Order: sequence, then structure tokens, then C-alpha cells
Amino acid sequence: MKVELKAIHKSFGTVHANNNINLAIQAGTIQGILGENGAGKSTLMKVLSGFIQEDEGKILLDGKPISVRSPADAIQHGIGMLHQDPLDFPPMRIIDNFIVGREGGVFPNKKEARKDFIKLANEFDFALDPESYVDSLTVGERQQLEILRLLWLGVRVLILDEPTTGISALQKEKLFATLKTLAKQGKTIIFVSHKLEDVEQLCNQVAVLRQGILVGEADAPFEIDKLVEMMFSKVISVEAKQPCPFGNSALSLHNFVVEDYRLRLESVDLTLRAGEVIGLAGMEGSGQRPFLRACAGLLRPTQGKVIVGEKDLTGKPYLAYKNHGVGFLPASRLEEGLIPGLSLTEHFILAEKGQGMFIDRERWERETKERITSFNIRGTPLSPVEALSGGNQQRALLALLNSPLSLILLEHPTRGLDIESVIYIWGKLKERCRQGTAIIFVSADLEEILQYSDRVLVFFSGRVSPPLDASATSVEQLGQLIGGKGWAEKFEQQGDVYA
Amino acid sequence: MLKNTRWANLLIQLAAVLMALLLTTLIMLAADAPPLEAYANIIKGSFGSLDRISKVLLSWIPLLLTTAGLLITFSTGLWNIGVEGQIVLGAIATTWVLRLFQDSAIAPGWIIFLSILAGMIGGAIWASLAGALKTFGGVNEIFGGLGLNFVATALTLWLIFGPWKRPGVGSMSGTQPFPEELWLPQIPDYDLSYWALGLAIASIVAVYFLLQGTYFGLRLKAVGKNFRAAHLLGIPTWQHMMAAFFLCGIFAGAAGAMQVTAVYHRLIPSISSGYGYLGLLVAMLVNYQAIWAAPVALFYAALNIGSIQLPIVLKMDSSLSGVLQGMLVLFVLMVEGIRQRYLRRT
Repeated sequence: MKVELKAIHKSFGTVHANNNINLAIQAGTIQGILGENGAGKSTLMKVLSGFIQEDEGKILLDGKPISVRSPADAIQHGIGMLHQDPLDFPPMRIIDNFIVGREGGVFPNKKEARKDFIKLANEFDFALDPESYVDSLTVGERQQLEILRLLWLGVRVLILDEPTTGISALQKEKLFATLKTLAKQGKTIIFVSHKLEDVEQLCNQVAVLRQGILVGEADAPFEIDKLVEMMFSKVISVEAKQPCPFGNSALSLHNFVVEDYRLRLESVDLTLRAGEVIGLAGMEGSGQRPFLRACAGLLRPTQGKVIVGEKDLTGKPYLAYKNHGVGFLPASRLEEGLIPGLSLTEHFILAEKGQGMFIDRERWERETKERITSFNIRGTPLSPVEALSGGNQQRALLALLNSPLSLILLEHPTRGLDIESVIYIWGKLKERCRQGTAIIFVSADLEEILQYSDRVLVFFSGRVSPPLDASATSVEQLGQLIGGKGWAEKFEQQGDVYA
Repeated sequence: MLKNTRWANLLIQLAAVLMALLLTTLIMLAADAPPLEAYANIIKGSFGSLDRISKVLLSWIPLLLTTAGLLITFSTGLWNIGVEGQIVLGAIATTWVLRLFQDSAIAPGWIIFLSILAGMIGGAIWASLAGALKTFGGVNEIFGGLGLNFVATALTLWLIFGPWKRPGVGSMSGTQPFPEELWLPQIPDYDLSYWALGLAIASIVAVYFLLQGTYFGLRLKAVGKNFRAAHLLGIPTWQHMMAAFFLCGIFAGAAGAMQVTAVYHRLIPSISSGYGYLGLLVAMLVNYQAIWAAPVALFYAALNIGSIQLPIVLKMDSSLSGVLQGMLVLFVLMVEGIRQRYLRRT
């Protein structure tokens, strides 16, 4: 089935996530959609699969305009999406998951469904037992189940969102073979990814999105350099870099292994000195988040040692880390960082430790006013935090950090902020560095990483690179690395073996 | 803007009250009952004489104590449905201490004091059980509390018909009443005890200051409003939840103690009189604001007492007050929900 997207626009508040996207995908092809985080790939796919509605624009199937108001609508039209986190019901049996989205009848015809399931599974050589429970499956197997389910529902356009994250090499091979078979059968496959290698292996064409705009298209075979340039090149005015002198070890990790339900990171040995900044580069979901959280004591490493300053804090709870001068700022400001419903003043009161019994509101309001001025927050002491803009919330979070701190860990410290806020926030952070605080931060913005860090760790599918010198690395190089390209050449001379 | 919404809020709340009255009236009309007369009787029955007023206040005491406790757990984001059982355990512990010392040489005043203290501890222990089930067992406090409520009721019945039964044979009317010197002193000719009234008022004032003015209260609110952010800010979260349960249990236990020492003077099967559930309604109705708890609880107590007249005068069922009480909460919550939705849209 031929899919056409015409002049699709979608905005979230002031962010223009999809800006006039025009794309035609022929039946029987595998179309790659490339772009860095926040480029608008997911938004576009959600529009196509009915999770969200476009503000403007048209979707055509085989030349006929269709209206997709919900995922159920999309399935009706034969469009199905395989999400990054499989949308299934782990406590249920495979066969029940298989049936659950099917329309019609009060009593599902389990026998028929079972027969169909086994037939489909055999066709693609998937070894799934319909009677076993979904929570016993690997991510790759859950994906297989979801593909079978969508095919059974009559899907002719299959969208896959970052499907190769968290599955084994063997499963990936099988997935690609399956997708190629499906394309041969005349189905349309849309493959959303940031992994250049996967796109290279699999896709017939690729479209690249950047900041909501479709910046280019290419047919196989691809020139990887060109793709990287399309994905990342942008003009950003940056100030001169001011390195600050390093002090003693602020954090050291020995044989440090972190894992979450999706992936297990390889072991890391790292020493971070006071005043030093390390940026963690990688696509969303490559393991930076669990890594950073394990450094904050929020996640227990599976193996290895964490030493903060001189103190071995391995296995200690978050509060112990906090008491030893580790500050952590989460990416989701209103979900994890701040407490909606409480005022700025109340936040500052909470962040302070161990006082008496009664709160001296007047004193705290005065104190809050001072901090509001010194952190340039637009708000009043009594403003509830949810009424602040994103930039002001981020400044408030920074203002909440105790001092002195030996280590600050930040997730996406400037995500969604305007350039002025970005510069302000990094100014404050660099001030901390000069006072001897070490910083580790995660960012999707490669320019930001190279601009503000001294060293960079690259994450890709569970692999963690040795520290790179930020001043000797270019955005293009980093772009290749986070897409899984060029690891062998880059790290060969350092004596590490990468496939 | 802020002022505007405050007035708008008040108007919306008023509309909710009117809707609740309207629907209750419709129900009465449907049942062929005279609504105006019924309302007049409720008012007369609750504030018509000094005796009635004292009865309203007597019912206000346990309700206010319970609500005071619930404000703490609600502020911490906990649905302490087990409050009913916490009242019962308070009553049981109070009865136990009274029985233990009633024949001893200790001065009656001290026995009463000790028994109330025991009631508070009893309630607190029962609440901590619900808290521990949540914290260490992963049992949602709603289910844990509900289960413990049933256990508490069963325990009461077992005591009344078993070890604590009246001489001869156990009876649904409860245990043997205590002698008058073990009652909280009452105002002559009325059932009301100043001591109990003082305790209830002191409790709500204390809770108000706890939640508004102390570091501890602010931390409880932080845990209630955003558990994860509170954790990242360095607040020990489960410890604060346990503390909230414990404190709520103290107030609920005190309510149970009042039921024994100031109202029934014995343990009866339905010793909590449903004040736990009613307290939940009051706390929800005042949107967990301590400052409104006292007047609203008084209003609910008045409805309770006023409706006692209905079967006598109008041959109507006294459960009408329950209908109105429930309607009020539903409508107030509903208009609030609609308002939130509307706000989110614009």
C-alpha cells in the first residue's frame, strides 16, 4: 500500500514538532526515518498511527485521503505501529495478548486464533509458545508477538519505532529477514531509527528529519557521511571554551556494571576529578540514563564499586550519596524534580536540612526572593512551581542544589530551553566547576556535549566508549559514533577491541 | 486573576451544595415525603434546643478527631480507609484499661487519663499495621485498611460475646457499663463533656499548625504531592508515610476513646458509629484544608443528630441525612473535577 503524507504540521505549544512534512512511500519498500532525538520522527509516526492528530495536512493511502482519529482507526485502515516499548500485557498469556485487540464477538474463538497464530509464527520462524506468559519473554520475543498480532489484524503498513534497541543480534537478524519478506509481499515498512548501520542494512530509502523539518531524502546505497551531516548540522553560536583546573578525584567507578530491563552496559572504569565535566552522548535509551542514575545511588549497579571523594558508597541508598555531596537533577522537571502544588518558597524550605519545628515564613520568603534574583527566575516566592516556564523551572532546580557539592549529575539540563536560558544555566554550572564540583550530564545535543564537557563517553546499544577528549572530537565524528559507526577506527589506537 | 478564581471557586462550591440539596429533594418527592418539613425537622432536631445542641456537639467530637487525623494521612497522599478500624481499636484499648483498673485503688481521674492514652496508642498501632503492610508488604493502604477494619469489627464482637461478656450472657448491647466515676465528667443535665470537647478542638488546632506551620508538615505534603521528587529532595519518604499513619491512628484512637469514656461508657458492637467513613467524607469535602474541617464536621454532625427526628415525626427513615451527606461530597468533587478539566482545556 502506498502511503503519502502531505504538508503535515503538528505543534506542541511553541514547539513545531512537524513542519510541513511531505513524504511518499511506495508499497513494497522499506522506508527509513532518521533523525536525532526531538527531530520529530516519533511525532510523525504517531500522527500516521492515530496516537495524535495532525494540526494540518493530509494522509493518503493508495491515493485516497483517510482520516485517522485513533490507533483503532489506523488498524482499520491497515496501519499498525510497533512501539519501542512493546504495548502488551505482561501478566497475560501470549495467545490472549494475540486476541485482545481483535474486534467482534463476546467470546473470542480461541481455537481459530491459536491455529492462525501457529501458522503465522511458523511462516516467520518465530519460536513462541502461545500458552506461555508474556512476562517470561525477552524484548525481542515480545516484538515478534506484536508483529504477528498486527499482521493478523490485517496490517499492510507496519511502522517500527527503534525496534533494534534491546534485542539480541540474532533476534535482529531474524527481524530484518522478516521485514524484508514482508516488503516482498507488498507491505510497506517504515523503520524509525537512529542507528545508521541498521538503516544501511535494511532500508531502500531514507528520509532525514531535523528540528521538525524534512531536510533530505536518499536512496540506497547510502552515503553515511551525507546522512550524518543532514541529521546534525546546524549553526549555533558558542562562546569560547574555558577549562577550569582539575582537583582530586570526585568520583571513581571501578568495574562498574549497570543494567536495566532492556540492556546491560559493559563494565566501566572511570575517574572524574573535581572541576571536570563529562558529557554522556548517545541516542535515547542507549543506557546513559541508568548509568547516571547508578552514579547518583538511585539504581544499584550489578557489579563494581562507586567511590565518591574518598568514600566507598557502593550499594548505599540515594540519601547517603546526597549527604556526601552528590546532587542529581532529573530530566522530567515536574514529575521528579519539583513538587506541583507547592510554592518556590516551600521548595527551598524542603531542600534545606534539619531545622527546628516551626517554619519562619517571613525569613524564608526573604531568602527565596534573594535566590530568585541570584538565579534570575521569573516568578514570585509564592508562585506554584507548575506555573513557571520550563527554563524557570530548570533554574529553580539549580537553585535547589545544596552547596558545596562534590558532584552534580544532570539529565538533559537544557532540554526544551531557549538559548538564553541554556547559556545562563551553563554559566551557573561552570561557576560550580570553578568551586571544585565535578559534573556528569546527559544530553541529546551533540554541540552542547562538545561545548561544555572536557571528556565524552559515547553510549551505543550497551557499549560504553573509553573517554574521548571533547576538544579533539567533531560533531560529525560524535554523530557517527552514537549511530554505531566508526567505533573500530576511533578506539583502535587506544588498544580497545571493538567489533 | 487569583481573586477572580477564588470567587469563582466559591460560586462553584455553592452550586454544588444547591445541586446536592436539589437532588435530595427530588428523592424525597419521589418517595412521597414532604421535603420542606423534613429539612425543618432536621434543623429543629439539631439546633432546636440546648439539649439537641449538646447532642450535636457530642457527635461532633469523634467526627472532628477522626477528620483531624485523616487530614494528616490525606496530606501525605494516603487513603487511610482503615481509620474505621483504628477508632474501634482505640475503643477496645480504652475499654481494656478501664476494665483493668476499675476495681483498683487508683484515682478514677487517672484511670480515665490512662485509658484515653491507651486508646490513642491502640489506634496508632492499628494504623501502623496498615502502614507497615503498605511499606514492607506492598499492600495498598486501601485494601490493607479495609481488611483491618473487618478484623477490628470481629475482634469487638469476640470480646463482647467472649472474654468481656456481661455477667450471665453476652448481648448486642455491649459490655457491662462502667460506673459513673469512670465517665468523663459531664455538664450537669447534659451528655456533653467539656473535656472531650476541649480535646477535639485542641486536636484540630494542633493538626492545623502541624500542616501549616511546621517543617514536618511541609515534608508530609511534599511526600503526598510528589513522592519521587520528595525522595530526590532528600526526604525519607516511607518514614514520613509511617509517621502519618501513626499520627492519624492517635487521633482516630482518641475518637474511639471518647466513644467509650464520653458517649457509651462501654464497648458496643458498632462502637465507631461510622465516624471513620464520615470523617473521610468530611476530609474530602474540605479538600484536606484543616481550617474548614471544624465547621463542616459540625454541619455533618448536625445532619446526623437532626435526622434522628425524622422517623419519629414524619415516619421517614433517618438515613436521609446520609443521602444528603453523600450527595454533597459527590457534587463538590464532581464540580471540582469538571472545573479542572475545563481549566486544562483552556
